[in-house]
Amino acid sequence: MSLVGATVKRDFLLAARNPGEWLNPLMFFLMVAALFPLAVDPDPKFLGKIAGGVIWVAALLATLLSLDALFKADVEDGSLEQWLASGESLYAMALGKALVHWCISGLPLTLMAPVLGLMLNLPQSAYVALIASLAIGTPVLSLLGAVGAALTAGVRSGGLLLSLLILPLYIPVLIFAASSVYHAGIGMAYNGQLGFLGAILALSMCLTPFAVSAALKLNLSR
Amino acid sequence: MTADTGQPIIDLKAQALFCERDDRVLFQQLDVQVGNGDLLQLAGPNGAGKTTLLRLLAGLNHDYQGDVFWCGQPMAKAYPDYAAQRLYMGHLSAVKKALTPIENLRWLTAAWCMSDEQLWQALDAVELYGYEETPCQQLSAGQQRRVGLARLALAPQGTGPAPLWILDEPFTALDKAGVAWVEQRLQQHVESGGAVIITSHHALEGIASLRQLDLGAQA
Repeated sequence: MSLVGATVKRDFLLAARNPGEWLNPLMFFLMVAALFPLAVDPDPKFLGKIAGGVIWVAALLATLLSLDALFKADVEDGSLEQWLASGESLYAMALGKALVHWCISGLPLTLMAPVLGLMLNLPQSAYVALIASLAIGTPVLSLLGAVGAALTAGVRSGGLLLSLLILPLYIPVLIFAASSVYHAGIGMAYNGQLGFLGAILALSMCLTPFAVSAALKLNLSR
Repeated sequence: MTADTGQPIIDLKAQALFCERDDRVLFQQLDVQVGNGDLLQLAGPNGAGKTTLLRLLAGLNHDYQGDVFWCGQPMAKAYPDYAAQRLYMGHLSAVKKALTPIENLRWLTAAWCMSDEQLWQALDAVELYGYEETPCQQLSAGQQRRVGLARLALAPQGTGPAPLWILDEPFTALDKAGVAWVEQRLQQHVESGGAVIITSHHALEGIASLRQLDLGAQA
């Protein structure tokens, strides 16, 4: 088996052994969405209007919360050094790491979102848009986030730096995704926004692994 | 490519290496050559640049001047081929604490396509028999080192999947029996045509082909 395949397998195994690491951001996602109606107006009409935006902001912050640990452990215990020593492509490795990250953060967020939509009185017509935008948008969050995580992997408390680096890049995703859900809710066409999200996903799938591998190499060339 | 002995050719050559860290020259005009059957020990006081040179020879450190060749080709060009033939063990063991020794070893040897039976035997050789299902966080520091060192046990005959071993302080945290076992493996490896580059403060005696490179004397 190639090292990339073995790493994907090992990362799933590690996630199964330490469920706290990926359950924590999911709990955060749930809590933000649950607390929102308590703090603002509990009027169902008002909530339905903001539901898409609230769910997307919560999903984005939950992803950010889980990113910090993406490469940190691998840098600290020498796994990264073994990747470089293996001579295998770091591009594939970066894609593999992002894939695992999406499976334990983006995918459960996407699956949980309809429940939160119900809680926040999301209009019936917006559910498809919500799930589709999360399914296309959260992989982008994982891919872009991997760049930031790779850059800050060697920094002691890189969490803040990571947010500063990555949040600006997340904004286009947030705008297109939230607007698709909103437009679906008021009965308008939303395939344009989803198309843009798809384009961003395709672009980041091709380009971010280059940035991730360059950043990881930088971490070790001390 | 194979040599007369049926072993893969090991031909690592470095010329006129120069390296400085923080305006301090670690080594200059340094030539290193390693071929089949060689055991090269990098010696010198702490901070003399042993690990730097080792990482440089392993192709992991690019911050130097000079040339490194693998089988006559510049390292940058030959790297994938070189990486497939050498085993690198840094002082970080790449052992995940939440996983068991066999799961860790499976990842460490992923490129070599070893059967589970071979991996069990390797763990047996480093005396981790009976700890197969124990997460590594419950093992002692020395036992965790042994998980990584089990890779050295994977080729009892011949040079195995990686003819060139590059080891950074492999004796750290090992007990006497462990040290003796590693020494014996080093000897078997060079005798069967492999090569080893090692940093260690440990006196490696009784290995005929041992060469020492003293970085402290160089600077």
